[in-house]
Amino acid sequence: MGTNFSLSWIDYLVMVIYFLFVLGIGWALKRYMKDARAFLEAGRSMPAWVAGLAFISTNLGALEVMGMTGSGAKYGMLTTHFYWVGAIPAMIFLALFMMPFYYGSKARSVPEYLKLRYDEKTRGLNAILFAVMTILASGISMYALAILMERVLGWNFHISLILSAAIVLAYTYLGGLSSAIYNEVLQFFIIVIGLLPLVILSMKDLGGWQGLQHQLAPIVTAKGYAPDTWTTTWKYTGTAKANPLGVAWYGIFAGLGFVLSFGYWCTNFLIVQRAMSAKSPTAARNTPLIGAIPKMFIPFLIIVPGIAALVLLNKPGSGFSLPEISPGHYNYDYTIIALLKQYLPAGVLGLGITALLASFMSGMAGNVSAFNTVWTYDIYQSYIRPVTGNKEEDEKHYLKVGRLATIFGVVVSIAAAYLASLFGNIMDFLQTIFSMINAPLFAVIFLGMFWKRTTGHAAFTGLLGGFFIALMHHGMTFPEGANTLVKGGWIYHLHAYPVEMAQNFWTAIFAFSTSALLTVVLSLITKRKKSDDDLRGLVYSLTPKMMKKEAAWYQRSSTLAILVLLIGVILTILFW
Amino acid sequence: MGIDIKLPIGLMFTIFGLILSIFGLFTNSDAALYHRSLGININLWSGTGMLIFGLVMLGLAIRSRKTKSK
Repeated sequence: MGTNFSLSWIDYLVMVIYFLFVLGIGWALKRYMKDARAFLEAGRSMPAWVAGLAFISTNLGALEVMGMTGSGAKYGMLTTHFYWVGAIPAMIFLALFMMPFYYGSKARSVPEYLKLRYDEKTRGLNAILFAVMTILASGISMYALAILMERVLGWNFHISLILSAAIVLAYTYLGGLSSAIYNEVLQFFIIVIGLLPLVILSMKDLGGWQGLQHQLAPIVTAKGYAPDTWTTTWKYTGTAKANPLGVAWYGIFAGLGFVLSFGYWCTNFLIVQRAMSAKSPTAARNTPLIGAIPKMFIPFLIIVPGIAALVLLNKPGSGFSLPEISPGHYNYDYTIIALLKQYLPAGVLGLGITALLASFMSGMAGNVSAFNTVWTYDIYQSYIRPVTGNKEEDEKHYLKVGRLATIFGVVVSIAAAYLASLFGNIMDFLQTIFSMINAPLFAVIFLGMFWKRTTGHAAFTGLLGGFFIALMHHGMTFPEGANTLVKGGWIYHLHAYPVEMAQNFWTAIFAFSTSALLTVVLSLITKRKKSDDDLRGLVYSLTPKMMKKEAAWYQRSSTLAILVLLIGVILTILFW
Repeated sequence: MGIDIKLPIGLMFTIFGLILSIFGLFTNSDAALYHRSLGININLWSGTGMLIFGLVMLGLAIRSRKTKSK
């Protein structure tokens, strides 16, 4: 793709209008930001559909869009495992079984839930880790944006970094979490509408799904797989060697479908915060379910064009190319932008680029708005300045702290972006650490919610123990052909996985199992400090059913959940 | 909290729809521009789609404002 492509005035016009709306939403919300609750919790006032779209949009950051389109080219429809099996069951579980406790406990964050359920040290550990990781993630996403804009559009790296950070700062400073959420909804629509022409044009170009299958066959066979490997999902997962993911069905099921996805969707405060902002317990429950519906169809928007890109890449005269890392090895991160360039003329091109920019910014805004909540409530309020009892003054004070934390978060993100530009591997590193933290966290929260015997000491040890085992597993195994220690094997070469993905899955499985085992065993031998009364609203067996049984069947969350599950099953069968 | 998000969504896509479909009409005969999009005037199509979506959102926003004030 070597050369840059330039945008015309109309593309810039679209971009500018979008940014005006983004800032305008922040500005319009400014007058509602009277206390910390409004700023950090969106006043718990969001309708379910707004929270639901924001829920899914937070996850649809640019790294996801770029990464999943690239994975479409690399792994084909097998990438949908990250959606249909890797997200939907976890989202349904979060909605039906976990939201009642997150929302009903009146906790304002996931770390605070840990404090209420367990103890201070468990909360502290989680809050600090979360704050650090969130800011790093935000910085890395900004780095990715700036580097993309530099290489593709020829924009100055520093200017695009500072400018996008300034816009994010402006609207999150003005409108807090509400502003972040509303803008995520706006971003959701612009991504869908901005990328839709790409799907339609690429399908038309290659003769529809059948044409795509037909043209893929020789390319895929040349790679040593069965001709329809790229257009099926479960068919070739009988053995790890038969599919490009390098994982067999049980690995996908346990690693991705259970540990990684439940760890991510059910415990990541960035995601859960959206559902916690909903206006009622029912809305909070419905949030992940409403989000799940578009989530199931996102693969058609971003993975299918990625598969088309693989065909174009091998088609002489298509004019489509990707930058090469080394001869014959493409940098698939550029797939989406190369596709935009391939198919979109001035006008819709501006919309497509705006969609990418929007996803970067809302990813960052999401991180910053989760960071300032955890910082203000779980770190500042717990360890630096506890509540004084004067409610009005407290709210004002924490509002100020929340706003300062927003500025601090953005500034540190910029620093992290420069850090990322110095160490190319930092993104891999961060993702690895994230999966090591999330899997044990899920074990601990899950046991806490459904087993009243679980104790604070056990949970704390479980978190640390799970992380330690994950680290050890990563240190003793490595993906074949790895040439850097960030990928693993820095202690001893005990086992080689065919691909990195397989290693990640198994790291998470080990971390989860160890953490769960440790927590259970230690809970049985340590003393319970919280009485049944303390745990009401926090543990399943001690909480009265909050859902009214009288609600008509079509108004129940469980009906919506069954519908979601049904669509998921139908999609899975169609693309088996 | 305060604002109805349907309103800005509706406004923004109505504006986008107008801009892109007008641009599409003016560039309809520009074969070089639409070479990339397989000869399809994608600006006109996607602009019209956005215009409809924007207007529907605006309509919903106005309707919910009315029911609220009642």
